[in-house]
Amino acid sequence: MLRLRGRVIKAGTVHGEALVSPEPIGFLGGVDAETGVVVEAGHPLRGQSVAGKILVFPTGKGSTVGSYVLYRLAYKGLAPLGIINASSEAIVAVGAIISNIPMVDGIDITQIRTGDEVTIDGEWVTVRRVARAGRGAQKE
Amino acid sequence: MYLTRQEKHMLAGKEGPAVQKAMEIVTALGKIYGAADLVPVESVQVAGVSYKNLGEAGLLFLQEWAREGARVRVPTMLNPAGMDLEQWQTLGLPEEFARRQMEVLDAYARMGIEMTCTCTPYLIGKVPGLGSHLAWSESSAVAFANSILGARTNREGGPSALAAAICGRTARYGLHLTENRRATHIVRVACPVRTEVDFGVLGYEVGRRVGKGIPYFVADGAAWTAEGITAALHLRALAAAMAAAGAVALFHVQGMTPESELDDIVRPDAQELTIDSLDEGYARLSSPLERIDFVSIGCPHASLEELRDAARFLAGKRVRSLLWITTSRETRRRAEAAGWVQTIEHAGGHVVSDTCLVVAPVEALGVKTMATNSAKAAFYAPSHSGLQVRLGTLGECLDAAVRGCWPPRRRGAC
Repeated sequence: MLRLRGRVIKAGTVHGEALVSPEPIGFLGGVDAETGVVVEAGHPLRGQSVAGKILVFPTGKGSTVGSYVLYRLAYKGLAPLGIINASSEAIVAVGAIISNIPMVDGIDITQIRTGDEVTIDGEWVTVRRVARAGRGAQKE
Repeated sequence: MYLTRQEKHMLAGKEGPAVQKAMEIVTALGKIYGAADLVPVESVQVAGVSYKNLGEAGLLFLQEWAREGARVRVPTMLNPAGMDLEQWQTLGLPEEFARRQMEVLDAYARMGIEMTCTCTPYLIGKVPGLGSHLAWSESSAVAFANSILGARTNREGGPSALAAAICGRTARYGLHLTENRRATHIVRVACPVRTEVDFGVLGYEVGRRVGKGIPYFVADGAAWTAEGITAALHLRALAAAMAAAGAVALFHVQGMTPESELDDIVRPDAQELTIDSLDEGYARLSSPLERIDFVSIGCPHASLEELRDAARFLAGKRVRSLLWITTSRETRRRAEAAGWVQTIEHAGGHVVSDTCLVVAPVEALGVKTMATNSAKAAFYAPSHSGLQVRLGTLGECLDAAVRGCWPPRRRGAC
């Protein structure tokens, strides 16, 4: 089990499965607001849904309207449960605040893998690696 | 970050959930950008008004915030909406869109915001003073306020500007701080720059090269006349195009803009940039169209002088193309008092207020080709509205509207 300390952008406590993107995410045009599925061409998460996940990515990008896309996802119950950034920027931060999505930044996101069980609790992020057949994940 | 007692109360929810959410946004941005404290703002200009850009999610969000009790505590203005609030039907905009657009405006009105709906608030008497702190969001208005008026504002997003209005404060970072207002690029202009279109294309060329940088235009040896660079229309075109093609929120012009003569206004590590031709910019923004379906003037919103010039040109003529001159409601009112709106309408043109072609659902008008004197409009129209664009001066564009085709000033029909 790993404990990482970051900076609170939107306070809250939440627990779920990590979905990790090594690339920045732009919500406007990058994530389908109706389904929560990443649609940006060439994006490493393309085809995967952010709904109900602890979404882990370096930073946001793109249009400021992206804040409203997060809000819309939350309204439809398709938003990420929590957000972890290496370094956050205004679009995703504002989106998380207006959508009540707990969010932390200042985290070394290379420590987290897709499928890990992650808890965000205020400024603390707890990571538990879960063994999964056929994925090559290691149990700690 | 230092917060006053009142600000701590606001953040703790003691002034209600709407204020708390606004303060969460303001303080989160302060945290992200390393602000030492908050700064009171004199006025706020909120973008994110057109239903075309906001969509259902944005509308829901605004309605929820208004329901929670969000009220602005400083004078707050709106950016253009997606339609003219009075003559949308005559202009052929879809009814469902109009209904949604009115709901957006109702939510803003409940928050106590003035329905200015313009990207040029400084043309209707909202002129901030040197050094005043603002939270404005429309990119050309931000560039104009910072550069020409010497006010201080970051380029706010819609929700962050609204949050600043509800708190009456913004985080003190970025362009609120003197040290961040120094030029990152020294720009020399070595080609003729005469018309408003030339200035717009120059802005496009500089904007796409400097990105978020702060250009300092050298006047010495510049290929523009003193009269040219001080013309307000030219400055608006320059500011708007730089802000659209790049993300320029502040620029200085040697000897002309209020901060250009300050010591150390240029950073020691500033890069040099020379613009010696506008040809490539013109080629990228303007296509060799012949048939012109639509002529669009007023990006940024037309001033009273532009409406006067348009009326003089169109007196006794009749347009073949659809002609929109977009402006603020207040400027339209003044032009109406002078009789210019009537002259333009008599020629078959429309003086459209509260909106512009960047935020209106222009694709619903059934036009494919457009002539404009705005490099900013030329930059956005192909991707936002699927239009092909021809750039020309106000006179050339109006002439094209009368003849329905390009090139203007040739006899007879096309």
